[in-house]
Formats: sequence, C-alpha cells, structure tokens
Amino acid sequence: MKNKAKIRYIASFLMLAALLLMLVFWNINSGSVSLTVREVFQILFQKGGDETARNIVWSIRLPRILAALILGGALSASGFLLQTFFNNPIAGPFVLGISSGAKLTVALTMIFLLGKGMTAGSGLMIVSAFAGSLISMGFVLLVSRKVKNMSMLVISGVMIGYICSAVTDFVVTFAEDSNIVNLHNWSQGSFSGTDWSNVAMMAGVVAVSVLLAFLLSKPMGAYQLGEGYARNMGVNIKRFRVELILLSSILSACVTAFAGPISFVGIAVPQLMKSLLKTAKPILVIPACFLGGAAFCLFCDLIARTVFAPTELSISSVTAIFGAPVVIYVMINRKGKR
Amino acid sequence: MTQKSFVYTENLTVGYDGKPLIRDIRLSLEKGQILTLIGPNGAGKSTILKSLIRQLKLVGGAVWLDNTSMERMTDKEISRKMAVVMTERIHPELMTCEDVVATGRYPYTGTLGILGAEDHEKVKSAMQLVHAWELRDRDFSAISDGQRQRILLARAICQEPEVIVLDEPTSFLDIRHKLELLAILKQMVHEKHVAVLMSLHELDLAQKVSDLVICVHGDRIECMGVPEEIFTDEYIHHLYGVTVGSYNASFGCLELDAPRGEPEVFVIAGGGSGIPVFRQLQRQGIPFAAGILPENDVDYQVAHALAGTVISEQAFEEISEEKVREALAVMRRCKRVICAVSRFGMVNRRCEELKKEAERMGLLQ
Repeated sequence: MKNKAKIRYIASFLMLAALLLMLVFWNINSGSVSLTVREVFQILFQKGGDETARNIVWSIRLPRILAALILGGALSASGFLLQTFFNNPIAGPFVLGISSGAKLTVALTMIFLLGKGMTAGSGLMIVSAFAGSLISMGFVLLVSRKVKNMSMLVISGVMIGYICSAVTDFVVTFAEDSNIVNLHNWSQGSFSGTDWSNVAMMAGVVAVSVLLAFLLSKPMGAYQLGEGYARNMGVNIKRFRVELILLSSILSACVTAFAGPISFVGIAVPQLMKSLLKTAKPILVIPACFLGGAAFCLFCDLIARTVFAPTELSISSVTAIFGAPVVIYVMINRKGKR
Repeated sequence: MTQKSFVYTENLTVGYDGKPLIRDIRLSLEKGQILTLIGPNGAGKSTILKSLIRQLKLVGGAVWLDNTSMERMTDKEISRKMAVVMTERIHPELMTCEDVVATGRYPYTGTLGILGAEDHEKVKSAMQLVHAWELRDRDFSAISDGQRQRILLARAICQEPEVIVLDEPTSFLDIRHKLELLAILKQMVHEKHVAVLMSLHELDLAQKVSDLVICVHGDRIECMGVPEEIFTDEYIHHLYGVTVGSYNASFGCLELDAPRGEPEVFVIAGGGSGIPVFRQLQRQGIPFAAGILPENDVDYQVAHALAGTVISEQAFEEISEEKVREALAVMRRCKRVICAVSRFGMVNRRCEELKKEAERMGLLQ
C-alpha cells in the first residue's frame, strides 16, 4: 500500500509535468501565425528562424504563456489555502468574492491614474489588488463568524462578488478614457497584453508566496483535523490563520492585478489534484495544484484565443465551462457522504 | 517550593469571553492516575477541559503542568506533554486512519512534517495498542464511531504525552467499545504511566475506572475524592438533582420511579429470583410489596428502589417471628401473591409459611 501510494504520487507529478510541457509547446505553436515544431525549436533554442515569427513568439506568445502558467498555478494554490482555512471544499478566491474585491480596487486605481494621465505600474496594481482582496476577505471572515454552514458562506461570498462586480461595471461604464477598452477587457479576465516586466514581477511575487505556502504545509495538515487538534499539536493558530489569509490574498490579488478575475480555477484544480493523488496532504497537494493550475490555465487560454480566432474569449468563460462542472460534482459527492 | 502534583490548578476560574462560569477550581492529578469529571449536563465539565487544553482563555488563576505554569510554556512544549481527544466530530478529507494517527507525531517532525522510520514505528505501535492496526488503510470518514474514537486515542498516544485529556470519550460508543476504550486507558496509565483527565457521562464507568473523581455542580467544584467517597446514593441523587427514580451506587445502575399507591401484589422473593418480577410489575405500573428479604440479598437492592413496601430482615439473621407477622399483614391486603422463590432452605424457610398461607387464601398465582 505504501509503495502503491508512492508510485501514484510520482506518476501523477510526472504526468502533470509532461502535460504542462506539452501545453507550453502547443501554445507556442498555435495562433494566427502557425509554426511547425521545428521552427519553434529553432526560435527557442537556436535563436534562428523567421524574424517575424521570432518576434511573435518572444514578445507575445511566451510572456502570455508564462503569465497563464504562473497565474494559473497561483490561483489554484490560493484556492487550496482558502479551502483549508474555511474547511470548505468549494471555497475559492472567485466564489468568496475575493477576486471581485481585488478587481474593484484595481479598476478604481486604474481609472484614477488614467484620469491624471498616468498608467499604473505592475507593483502598484498588485498592491491595490491586495488591498481589495483583504477588504473582501474581511467581509467573508465577518460572515464566517456568524454562519458555520459551508453553502451559506459561499452564497455570501458570491453576493459580495456581485456587489463588487456591479460597482466595477458602474465605474468602468462612466469612466471617460480611450483606454477604457483595455480596462473592459481586463475586467472580463484575460492573459493577453502581458509583457516581460509583468512576467518578472508576477514570477517574483508568486514564487515567494507559493514557497511560503509550501512551508506552511505542516501546520496546514494539522489544521485539516480542525482547530482544536491543531492547537493541541502545537500550531500557533492565530499566527497560522493570519499567514494563510495573507498568502491566499496575495496570490489571488496577483492574479487579478494582471489577468483580471478568473473563475473556478481555484476550486476545480485543487479538487482534481486531490482526487488524482488520492490524498489531501498539503505537502503534495500544493505543488500539484501549482502544476495542475498552470496546465489548466494554459489549456483554457489556448481555447480562449484559438477556437473563435481572431475573436478572443474571456478566460473566465472558458475556465467556467471546465471548472463549474467539477464544483457541481464535488457538491453532489459531498452530500452523499454526509 | 514544595513538590506539587503533575497537573494542578491554582484558583482556576473558567468561563466564556471572560465571564466566569466556574470559580476556584482546584484539581491535582499525578502521573499514573485517572481523574474523572462528573456532573449534570451543562455544569461545565467541557468548559473546564477546554480551558485546560487552552481552547478557552482562562478567566483567572493558573494551570501548572510538570512544575511549570502553562502560560509560560510554548505551544510546542505543551504539545509534547499533553494530548487531547475531543468530542467534536472531525471530517478530514481523504485521510486514512493511519494518516490521522500520524498527525500525532507533529510535535516531533521537522519543518515539512515528514515522518521518519521511527515515527512510522510509533504510529504502528500506537495503533496496535488500541487494536486498530488493521484499520490503517481505511478512510477515516468511513469507519464507525467506536473505531473513530480508538483512532483518535491512538493519535493522542503517539503524541507521547504525559497527560491525555479526553472530553466524554465514551459518548456514541456501544458497551463493547466503551469497555475497550476504558481498558486501553487503564493500560496506558499502568504501562506508560501517563495521567488521564477526562469527563464521563456514565457514572457506573466513572466509578470503576477513576482513581479520583471531581464533581462539577453549579458554579464550583463541589467535591473531589476517591470514587468510594463520591459514589453514595445520597450524594449522586443530590449532585444530579434526581427526584424521579433512583441511582444505585453499589451497582452503578439506574432504577425508574417505583409505582405509587397501596401494594396490589405481594412478591415472595430472594436470591435474585425477584428482580425480573419486580421489573415486570414496575413496567406495568403495578404497586407491589416484597418480602421477606435479608438486607444482604441482591433482591433487596432492587426491591428497595422499586417496591412500595419491603419487609426485610437484618443481614445474616434468620427471619424473625415479628417479620413474618408483618409480612402476613401486608400480604393479606394484596390482591395476589407471586412466589418467585423456587427453593426454601435454612435462611428463608419462613417464607414457605407465607407461600402456604397465600395458597390457602387462594391468592397465589
């Protein structure tokens, strides 16, 4: 049994890595200008190939791919942290309204700066998204003190999300600027328009946060048995809860700052990873979530930009199509168990 | 400083949100002892235990563990000395029983919580101690309550504590599992010399398993002592405010209220033969008298609780003429007589006279 589990873990991680690699290449290949595998290799590793193709790959496709990879991983890791925190399998940054809170503050910041003729740097975007995440999180925490029921918590999160989205739509509609088109696209969720400086920024923030989250896997494992037992095992509950909240907020804020709100990845991927590994041990699930989330978002982004090309779908509509059924499945399955 | 008990409290006041619920709690417990909290529902047994394990903030006073105030100990230090088994049900996701037990090794593992060979060995021996090793690969959420409680106990055991705190560990368990769980606790106390602090609902079990009993009543600890002092009929009736029915402390059993009114049936009983008859009459609500019972007869204990009138004789004495007359007087007022005794010997031969008289009167069934 022990060995069987080990083989399962190794096989799962290999499979996820292979899937990710495959999706990266597929993404480089596809688009309005299609390239052969040979060309891609030349462009990537030998600095050869056609000048335009190289430009497309290096300055458009690769940053976008890396953004989808990094942010997808961040989003599902954030979802897993929230699920652990609330002991609720359908918690996630999107359903709890945390993404929408971040969206609102980012939109306000952007409009404010655009009004003054400035554009927001990626650092400032993250900071404002983080502030918005924390505000929404604060509301959710207030509600969670009153209601212990998991569906009630999610419903109130969804409501907070709707309120934030409505306010965002409102300010976007009345904002006067030519850049409003960009803002509108962003508020629907998209990985497009990412440049290398964005990638460097998000890579830094996400790498540090995910690493810290991974280092929390021991207390998270204890916390899965409930607060009482975790405390008895020597977990400093107060500090641990603050750490979880901050990390999950930073991760989802980073995603929202660069790609707008993206739905369901935060719930669906951790669930899929848990069923793949057949365990909920954070030390395995956190890295798996990162890989799985990255692959999931690459796949969804591929669909978003190729299926109805040249029209792009919003990334959220694609993730919802694949993610929402997972959520429904989880809810039905839970009910049967209790 | 004088040598204090392994666990003791000093002017401890517990409650919720700073509001005192139970004041001036003084308890002390040595290693190798079982201390049990008893008391009516809502008296605050759980509040005391939750305060001891720091789930609730102390309202006042201090808890000392191994000569150190718990306030001055770090979470990690405490986790190596004290393990808990709580009442709240937990629903961990996708965890096997072995995974749950292994969380007990938490205070001993490194930053990432990876278990070494020695840890795995300890998990195994803890599971074997509670006879649950065969459950190791089962999903924790798919096992029975009794099994779950044993797994949680194994979890506490492999934390290698010096004190185990259990909040009503036997609730939800059937008698077999109750007995098994308490046997394991006894074994832990004897073999590993741990201290056990728990609350129990089952008075009969508390009486038998505890070295010390603490009674929580109202806003204070009313009484602390060895079970022999605590478990008297009078005190238990007082502690729980029993007004209907009774509690027999010698046997640790509950008896329902005796049927009221003038006796309608006279039961000639003795040697345990009367108990089923008494119970049947009690169920049917028929008031009855019983006799003639020596006070050291097992029937006497039950008759005392259920019969309207008991004609009894002092222990070890032969039945006197006076008692026979008294019994005849009661019997004549009854509508029928049941003779539960099938054999008359030296001690109860006078009861045979009762039987003959009943037969003569046509009352005997």
